[in-house]
Amino acid sequence: MNIRELIDVLQGKMLVQNHDPDEEMPLGGAADLMSDVLAFGSEGMALLTGLTNPQVVRTAEMAGINVIVIVRDKTPPPETIDLARDSGITLIRTGYTMYEACGRLYKAGLPGRGLVKIQNDSW
Amino acid sequence: MSNQEITKVQELIYTTRVESVMAANVVVIDPSMTVSQVKDLMRDRRISGAPVVSDNQIIGIVTISDVIRLMEEGKLNSPITEVMTTEVRTVLKDAMVSEVINNVGRQGFSRLPVVDHDGSLVGIVTTGTLIRSLLLQMDKSFQKNEAEKLYTYRASHIFQDISSDDTSLMLRYVVNERDFDNAGKASSMIKRSLQRLVVRPQIVRRVGVAVYEAEMNLVIHTDIGGEIIVEVRKDRVNIATVDHGPGIEDLKRVLQPGFSTAPEWIRDMGFGAGMGLANIKRVSDVMKLTSAYGQGTRLEIVFNFGPESLALKTDSQKA
Repeated sequence: MNIRELIDVLQGKMLVQNHDPDEEMPLGGAADLMSDVLAFGSEGMALLTGLTNPQVVRTAEMAGINVIVIVRDKTPPPETIDLARDSGITLIRTGYTMYEACGRLYKAGLPGRGLVKIQNDSW
Repeated sequence: MSNQEITKVQELIYTTRVESVMAANVVVIDPSMTVSQVKDLMRDRRISGAPVVSDNQIIGIVTISDVIRLMEEGKLNSPITEVMTTEVRTVLKDAMVSEVINNVGRQGFSRLPVVDHDGSLVGIVTTGTLIRSLLLQMDKSFQKNEAEKLYTYRASHIFQDISSDDTSLMLRYVVNERDFDNAGKASSMIKRSLQRLVVRPQIVRRVGVAVYEAEMNLVIHTDIGGEIIVEVRKDRVNIATVDHGPGIEDLKRVLQPGFSTAPEWIRDMGFGAGMGLANIKRVSDVMKLTSAYGQGTRLEIVFNFGPESLALKTDSQKA
């Protein structure tokens, strides 16, 4: 799925564009926990989240994520938008809830990570 | 190549605000003027149209083709307010350039007055100002790419250019407690520095994850902030985060995934899930945590470059 199709499926709005709309995303993921993003995030992934603070952009940058989709039609603060612009992240907003946004994308063919095993609990 | 340039233009029109492509010194028509005076104004200032402005509010617009038509009709002495176009399409100064393009091209307007939120005139965009500023920005971004290539070339040769038995590069970053505005900045700089040193992208990503978790720990949990020290060697990168308090009470528990002492408001920001150290452990080759309660904490993380050490890497890598 490419960025243009993702926006179509989510009836989304481009807030910050840093990538070609034809750029393909290999998979998608969703989290409100930044540590989860760092744990399962991978290069080129689309991240759906309900958080709007600038740390979302930083986290995505560190995890190599290019595209962030903010769900539930929240408007991110200007700091988040500025940081996204500077750090090469594409920011999109959708009116769907996290559940429905994920469902629509998955149904439209954007795959997830599959079963994830982070680590065993022994150190 | 041409494909890439088209993409750059697309990016610019969706990310650039009207404010930065408009002409700010607008020639305006005073409501008291006649058609004849407007004709002279346009000739003297070499413009093909202007808004009619009263008290900084736009009340109409006149173009050169209006003036020609009025001359043909013999209305040179009519007051301009009687013959101007009163329905004026304007654009907000913080709208994106894409909005101007939609209006200017297809709708046949060749200029759009730019207004503030209270409706007062702050500038004007024409196809001319638009093209000029987009070209300028494309040139800037081209130069930025070239500069980045040069930085990468210079930095990646440090291990070849400097002679010693063993060269290493030390980078220090100060992290302040509770400074969420800048939290992650150090990690971002570290990531960029390693990219310039041409460290393999997979390793840069792992370092990014670890150092970001560690930086957030300094921001969230320390009383007086701390420091991140990155040592880049030919074969590995050593990272130490050091702080002077409060220290960790129970080292065993803090290493358990899911254990967290973070307050609720930190969790609301998406942090403090108790996965930070687990994440660091997972992505790093060596992780060592030492702490004295009441004194401070030191976290050491090592990433080995493996068979592709930096010295070998730079020879084969084009800058």
